[in-house]
Amino acid sequence: MPPTLPLLEHAEGDLGYSSDLCAYARISLAYADVGACPNGERDMPLPDFVLCCNNICNCMMKWYENLGKHLGIPVIMIDVPYSNDYDIDEKRIAYVGAQFRAAIKQLEEITGKTWDEDKFQEVCRRSSECGRLWLEAASYTNYKPSPVNGFELFNHMAVATVARGREESVDAFRMLIDDYRSFVANNESNWHAPENHRIMFEGIACWPYLRATLTPLKEAGVNTTAMVYGPAFGLTYRTFDEMVEAYCSVPNAVNLERSVELRKQVGAAGKIDGGLVHINRSCKMWSGFAPELARRVSADLGVPMITFDGDQADPRNFSEAQYQTRVEGLVEIMESTGKGA
Amino acid sequence: MVYYNDMDYYLGIDVGSTASKCVVVDASGEIVARGLHPTGAGTVGPRACVDEALAQVPDLPSADDVASSCATGYGRHLEAWTTMQMSELSCHAKGAAHLFEGVRTVIDIGGQDAKVLSLDEGGRLVDFVMNDKCAAGTGRFLDVMAGVFGCAVANLSELDREATEIAAISSTCTVFAESEVISKLAAGTPIPNIVAGVHESVVERTHGLAKRAGVTPNVAMTGGVALNDSLRERLERRIGLPVATSPLAQFAGAYGAALHACGQGGNA
Ligand code: SF4
Repeated sequence: MPPTLPLLEHAEGDLGYSSDLCAYARISLAYADVGACPNGERDMPLPDFVLCCNNICNCMMKWYENLGKHLGIPVIMIDVPYSNDYDIDEKRIAYVGAQFRAAIKQLEEITGKTWDEDKFQEVCRRSSECGRLWLEAASYTNYKPSPVNGFELFNHMAVATVARGREESVDAFRMLIDDYRSFVANNESNWHAPENHRIMFEGIACWPYLRATLTPLKEAGVNTTAMVYGPAFGLTYRTFDEMVEAYCSVPNAVNLERSVELRKQVGAAGKIDGGLVHINRSCKMWSGFAPELARRVSADLGVPMITFDGDQADPRNFSEAQYQTRVEGLVEIMESTGKGA
Repeated sequence: MVYYNDMDYYLGIDVGSTASKCVVVDASGEIVARGLHPTGAGTVGPRACVDEALAQVPDLPSADDVASSCATGYGRHLEAWTTMQMSELSCHAKGAAHLFEGVRTVIDIGGQDAKVLSLDEGGRLVDFVMNDKCAAGTGRFLDVMAGVFGCAVANLSELDREATEIAAISSTCTVFAESEVISKLAAGTPIPNIVAGVHESVVERTHGLAKRAGVTPNVAMTGGVALNDSLRERLERRIGLPVATSPLAQFAGAYGAALHACGQGGNA
């Protein structure tokens, strides 16, 4: 049984949340209630406070409010509105920046610690260095043939997601780049299959089905050489305002035109012949604009973009057979229209 | 260039979720035999439809005697005896391109899924959209509804013709729609009007799918549901274009598979 299932069932049954709620939220809320992993592994301590930034979606707000209420702990909220403009303007930076400054005050009160500007600068520097290195590592999929199995980025991105400010992360990405560089120098690759086609994987990974989503691609010689999700965590900034701007510029916060542009850039750099778009039942925010995004990218880059249904964390919302058919259809289109090697 | 022997036969089998279809073509791609069995993957259906088709070709004693074969459909990977397996997307596209001249949009409503295929001028598949994981708007949906009406699914088209108005079925979920139908029956709404509503709900869903893929004429409909004339005519009115069909609509996938096996029509 997938380890998340008992938590999802607990959220829906015991806690009464709708199964339409994002599975990340359901799992987190159930964990806060149970306080332990169902399979006895990797228990995490429960928090003393929660800090919520809604730059990825507004589901976060109620989710974190409910966590705060359930655990009886303070909630610090940073509201980052969706940007309907292409660029992030000064008003937005001032609005979000002021909230960060207020959050610092709240944190000082909650923790009894005082703000240390030097330490902040140090973490910022490290964090940006880490982001830069992560982007560099991820860019190795742009080589043709790629020295990297693109799905591997789904594993390495965890470091960039949760530990960007740590020296060990900087070291880890340097090592990764060294590996990739030596692959290129020696004409090697950790993609142990032919690279007949190169595609973009759009959306969050189907975490419970990473193997099931990779295997049909591997069997058909389709490497994933472009994605936005993994590299999105490669944020770089030098100043406080730049950090705020980076928070306002994450994929789910920027407008459709900018989202399309970003995909076109990574798609062109990754020399893609097609794309697979994850219509993620959990993530209404990302999936809502995905069909139009895919339509525009497909038209502008002249490559087929095919959608499949799944979920980033609810194992009940994915069908291997349906996925396989869509992948085969994509491959047959790429082959019949002469896309790919 | 494909070299073939005049006496060679090529077999395509489409193992769907609710039916199995087989088509045998000769070296020129002409259909010489076909078979259909109303059960799908994991049942006796695939064998039965092949046997039915082979019985029509005296010089083909067994499936081993065909020059090449291709399996498609949901259960294609279970038919390991075939020379090749291809997705139902390419097979339907190829079958439809041969059945309907100049077709650019193929609407296929099968037992368990609905799909819209976009073909280029050469009949090659260039894009497709499939329904999400829900039986609403598929053959299964109509099976469930026919069960509620207590009629055969083949009679739905006739019943629709007797409708005096459309009893709207608002739900897009099979289970909810079923209870909506039951409550309309209980309220004394005439069955033909409810059938018309059921058809409209399938049309609405199919139209949404077609709009997502883009509708370029000529438009054709394949799959078992294409045999339902009333529904197809409603779809024509909704799309605003003629929607062609054929008595062989259900065999489009198997026909395409046979053509793939034979290397006909050239791009696979
Ligand atoms: S997966 Fe989507 S809905 Fe869930 S928290 Fe992330 S952005 Fe929000």
